[in-house]
Parts: sequence; structure tokens; C-alpha cells
Amino acid sequence: MTYFPEEVVEHIFSFLPSHSDRNTVSLVCKVWYEVERLSRRAVFVGNCYAVRPERVVLRFPNVKALTVKGKPHFADFNLVPPDWGGYAGPWIEAAARSCVGLEELRMKRMVVSDENLELLARSFPRFKVLVLISCEGFSTDGLAAIASHCKLLRELDLQENDVEDRGPRWLSFFPDSCTSLVSLNFACIKGEVNSGALERLVARSPNLRSLRLNRSVSVDTLSKILVRTPNLEDLGTGNLTDEFQAESYARLTSALEKCKMLRSLSGFWDASPICVPYIYPLCHQLTGLNLSYTPTLDYSDLTKMVSRCVKLQRLWVLDCISDKGLQVVASSCKDLQELRVFPSDFYVAGASAVTEEGLVAISSGCPKLSSLLYFCHQMTNEALITVAKNCPNFIRFRLCILEPKKPDAMTGQPLDEGFGAIVRECKGLRRLSMSGLLTDKVFMYIGKYAKYLEMLSIAFAGDSDKGMMDVMNGCKNLRKLEIRDSPFGDVALLGNVAKYETMRSLWMSSCNVTLKGCQVLASKMPMLNVEIMNELDGSSEMEENHADLSKVDKLYVSEMEENHTDLSKVDKLYVYRTTAGARDDAPNFVKIL
Amino acid sequence: MSTSSTSSAAASPAVSGLDYDDTALTLALPGSSSAADLAAADRKRAHADHDMPPSPKARAVGWPPVRAYRRNALRDEQAKLVKVAVDGAPYLRKVDLAAHDGYAALLRALHGMFASCLGADGAGRLVDAATGAEYVPTYEDKDGDWMLVGDVPFKMFVDSCKRIRLMKSSEAVSLSPRTSSQ
Repeated sequence: MTYFPEEVVEHIFSFLPSHSDRNTVSLVCKVWYEVERLSRRAVFVGNCYAVRPERVVLRFPNVKALTVKGKPHFADFNLVPPDWGGYAGPWIEAAARSCVGLEELRMKRMVVSDENLELLARSFPRFKVLVLISCEGFSTDGLAAIASHCKLLRELDLQENDVEDRGPRWLSFFPDSCTSLVSLNFACIKGEVNSGALERLVARSPNLRSLRLNRSVSVDTLSKILVRTPNLEDLGTGNLTDEFQAESYARLTSALEKCKMLRSLSGFWDASPICVPYIYPLCHQLTGLNLSYTPTLDYSDLTKMVSRCVKLQRLWVLDCISDKGLQVVASSCKDLQELRVFPSDFYVAGASAVTEEGLVAISSGCPKLSSLLYFCHQMTNEALITVAKNCPNFIRFRLCILEPKKPDAMTGQPLDEGFGAIVRECKGLRRLSMSGLLTDKVFMYIGKYAKYLEMLSIAFAGDSDKGMMDVMNGCKNLRKLEIRDSPFGDVALLGNVAKYETMRSLWMSSCNVTLKGCQVLASKMPMLNVEIMNELDGSSEMEENHADLSKVDKLYVSEMEENHTDLSKVDKLYVYRTTAGARDDAPNFVKIL
Repeated sequence: MSTSSTSSAAASPAVSGLDYDDTALTLALPGSSSAADLAAADRKRAHADHDMPPSPKARAVGWPPVRAYRRNALRDEQAKLVKVAVDGAPYLRKVDLAAHDGYAALLRALHGMFASCLGADGAGRLVDAATGAEYVPTYEDKDGDWMLVGDVPFKMFVDSCKRIRLMKSSEAVSLSPRTSSQ
């Protein structure tokens, strides 16, 4: 193939579907490396600290779509202290210098500032797509900059970000000449938006296919908007409270009925049960439904809606649906592929109306189920074994029993056999989160059977280092391992150090690893960043110590460390492979060994 | 283990109200029950969200694993927005009653909203900035009656208030003979 002209090689590469395939061909020879890098259009960086932004943009100068992920997953649950890092600035700045053709930027769990958004808006004249998921650090002023300068903007998709509200004017910054919007999602914006500006924006966006409003948008505004968007495929409503007259709802229904392409519905902020019948005409065509932010709808409202959604593939609900409601789902939604049941009450254990019975019902009624997130009050091995037999197609299986270390509700046994059945039957399982009482045995099963497992989340589980080692040695495709409050220590940490080079990252918090163990790991594996974070009294008093051990003159160790032996336990450990070396933006509570 | 969003708040809202018997399984750090660890757990609790009901047995930060965005969104559902009309002002405003912990805070917020036409006098009452005439805060309750703000406990008021009107006291005075005859 090296005798083909480069254009032909490039054309052949364009058929490669995945990043990993393109990465692989780039290793074949220098010619292929060059062809591949110059023709690469999409780059995915799973860990923003694994590689320097400058290196990425220099290697792929023609990149059109860049995806970068920042903080580790457990940051979602406040296990990563604020100011840990994950800054978007260096990426946007590097791209602004070297890749002005950039058209799409997707970021997850990163810290993005208004200045970053301003730079983004001004630097890329063909910019089309901005997707920010679980990010923070910016305000509606940054959105105003995007709206006003990105003349070709097609997608502005803000999912579950923490955005500072500086008023409704940002939406008015979309110029009258902006008619290219295909997708607009501002559901996470807390404040009001100008409904007139919103209606006008929608009216001049004939290509709009996805629109997700925030809870400030009224039923009347929604009706007016829907009249303009007969081709809408995905809708997130504003609020559906009962402050509004039946007349408003009648207008809403007739507007909804015109949206024949509508397949996905979400929002339902503060939805009153009164609104439910007005949605009925739509139910039969829905493939996606998200009611997980609506605690005001109870089991009977939910089941009336869901029983009509015969084509449903994706359902997100709160546990107020209860086991009975899940039985209705099981008998109505035969095409269901993804189910997420969230807890409505975080503060009282055992208040969930959802148990193993609901899950068993779903598994027997919905054999296509492949993705599950299930918060419940209790579980049994028998149920999990039944679920595994009924649904061998699981790709993602995440089970959270609200009370940590809770055993089988019928037998009092650990749930090892149940999860063992899951990994044994579901041969394509890629992601697993476990809970309840679990011993080393479950990890033995995982290591033995979960050949395609890529991500594993462990909490309050296991007895000894053997558990973690079985996973590290057995799961050939493991990329991300995150562990909290489990008795794994240095022996497990150091049992298979070469493995970390094949993984994206390891997180361990409130486990038994010690400073000494981490130091050994760091010294054996220079390609890894070993970050430790300790909770000390008044951690701001701790001396800064970005420990690059070769630079002895810069090294000064806090008093605490001098007095502790190296056998002191490490609170939080984050290990990741990197070509970038120790990062220079770490705060003083992060020590990089 | 679930969907979520990061929160930049320093305080962790994620301490769950797990209710354990003293004799049941505890959630001390694995393999340890030293005083230092318990003290550390206490420190974590001390940083917990102050809005939460106090839970002496709560231990685990970040449990259950639910994103801060979702926790906040479901909590905000409690917001109680009511319309506020001020006699003489060109348009109405909305105020979130649940966001204030008492009458004083609420009146301060109202004063802030209508600062262009309202001032506060020495006693904290709302007055017309131009004439010095006092405004009387009234509200419409669930039965449709117009009541004077301040008579019932604040929580009861929040529950039954449907809308607020700041009435010019001259008008309020003229109403009183009628009300006293009912």
C-alpha cells in the first residue's frame, strides 16, 4: 500500500470509523503517520492531562472537531476538591494559535471561563458546534460572546453545567443573520430568558431539530415556539406548572400534535399532573423520555404516560415510579434499550420505592435492554441472576443500592453471585458499577469473565488486595478503574504496574494505599502522573510541593510529612498515563510524585 | 456511578442522611476505627450542606453517587415564586418566597427589587421614595382574601401566599372601615 499515492491512502483512511483505528494506522510507517495526521478531522482526548495541547494541535493542524475531558468521573460526586484542575484555557489557546479551522469543540468536566469562551468565539471563523457537559466556571456573558461572534453556529448544547446567571440578555446576542441553528440546549441555565428573543430566534432557525428550554420558559411561550418548529425531533420543555389555564395547555397540545417528527421529550420542570393528558397525543411516537427531574409526578401519572409510549427506547425516571410502575414499563415498552431510575430522596436511606422486583420485571419484559442505571433500596442475588439470564445484551450495568454494604435482602449473603452472573452472562459488558455487600469473590468473577470491561466503579467493597489484583490481571480491556472506601492497599496498587500504561486512569479514595506505595509506583513508572491529595487540618497551610524529585532545590516538604512515616495513608490517589509530564497547574493540595 | 455535574461549591452537599443503629455496620474507613478517622469524618460532616436536616449518623461524602447538578435541580423544585405588585410601579416582579428565611429578609428583597420607587425608613418599613408615604405589604391567600403580611408565622405565610401587593398606605387606611365591619 505504500506504493499508492498519498491521496489514495488518505481516502482509504477516511473509512476508518474509530479514533483507535486511526491511531493504529499512524503507527505503521512514517508516510502513513504523516498522511493520517494531516487528514485527521476529529481528535478525542480522554484525559486533558495525558498530552499537552500544543502537541495535539501541532500534530493535527487540520482538526475540525476536538473533544477533551477533564476531571475524573468521581468529581461528579464531590470527591475531587474544587480547583483541582481541568482547565479549558490551554486547549482553546493552543487551538486558536494553530488550528483556526476548528469547527467543533466538546468538553466534559472542565473548567471553562468567560474569557475562554470569548477567545473561542473570536478565533474560529467557521465554528459550528459547542457542547459543554458538566463544566463550570463560566457565566451567561460567555454564552453571549458565542452567540454574537459564531456566525455559523449550528449547535449550542449545554448539559448539566454550573453556569453563573448574569441575566437574560445573552440570548438576544444571536444576530438576526444567525439562521443556522440546528440544536439549542440551555436547560441548565438557571435564570430567565427573554421569551420574545427566544421566539424570534426559533422563528429564524428553519433547521432547528433539537431544542431544550429551561424552567423559566412558560407553557405559552412553548406553544408559540412549537408552532414554528414542525420538524423538531427533540424537545425539552420549560415549566409545566398548573399556574396556567387549561386554554394554554390546549394550545400546547395542538402545537405538539403538529410536531410529527418529535421523538424525544425531556424537561417537565415542576410539571403538574394536570399537564400529563396534554402530552398523550405525542406518546406513541416517542423513542426517548426523560422525566427524571419531575418529582411532582407520581406513580399513577407516570404510568399513564409511559403505558402509551410503545416505541420507547430510552427512559429516565425517578424512583417514584415504584416497582409497580416499572411493571407497566415492562409490559408497554418492548423496545426499551436504556433505563435510568434515579433516587428522588437523597437524604434518607431506604425511602426508595424501587427494589429488585422492578428490575426483574423490566428484564423479563424488555429483552433489548443494554444500558442500565438503577438506584434502589435493596437487591437480591436471585434477582440479579434472573436479570442476567433475561438480558444478556448489557453493555452498561450500573446498580446503586442506597445503603452501602447492604447484603442480599432475602438471604443476607453478599451479592457476589448476582454480579458474577451479570459478568458471566453479559459477554459484551463494557461498563459496570456495583454496590451492596461484596467480597473478594465478585472481583474474582470480574477478572475471570469480564473480558470486554472498560470501566469499573467500586464502592465499599472487597476484603483484601486480592480483589483489586484479580481485576487488574484479568480485565484485558480495562481503561478506567475508580475505587472508593475499599480495603485495597499497596500490594494491589503495585501488583501489576505495567497495566497502568494500558489504562486511562486509576482513582482510589479512602482506601489503604500509603504514601510509600505511591512513591514506589511513581518511581517505577515515569510515564504516569501519580497525584495524591490528602485532607489535612487547614490544608491551605500545607506547603506547596509539586514534587519533581529531581529538582531538589525546589523541593520543600511540609512539616506534616516530615513527622509522618511514609506509611501514612493517602486519602485520594489519581494515577494516569501521560506524555506531558507533571502538570504545572496543580493546586497546593495536589502532590505529584 | 451515575450522571452528574460538577459543582464548584466548596461545601459538599453530598452527605447522605444514612441512619445507622450504633450496633449496625458502620461506614468507618476500611480497616480503621481510630479516633483520627472518626474526627476526619466529623470534619467532613461539618462541611455538609447546612440546609440539610442534621443527621448524626451520616458518614459518606458523595453518597449516593448523584451529580450535584441533579441534587440542586431537585431541591430547587421547592422554589415558591409569587407575583409582586407595587402600586404605581409600571410592571410586576416575581419573588421566590422560599429563598428567604423570614419576613425581614423578604422585605429587604422587595425593597431591592423596587428600589427605584421604594426606600426604607428608619424602622425598616417600605416607603415611597418621593412622598415618604408608607407602603403596606399585603398578600392574597389560598382563600382569595387579602391579608396583611406579618400576622402568621413565616412558613405558614409562604405556604398560603399566592401573590403580594404593596399597597399605598393611604389606600390601605381607606379599606380598614370595610374590613372591620366584616
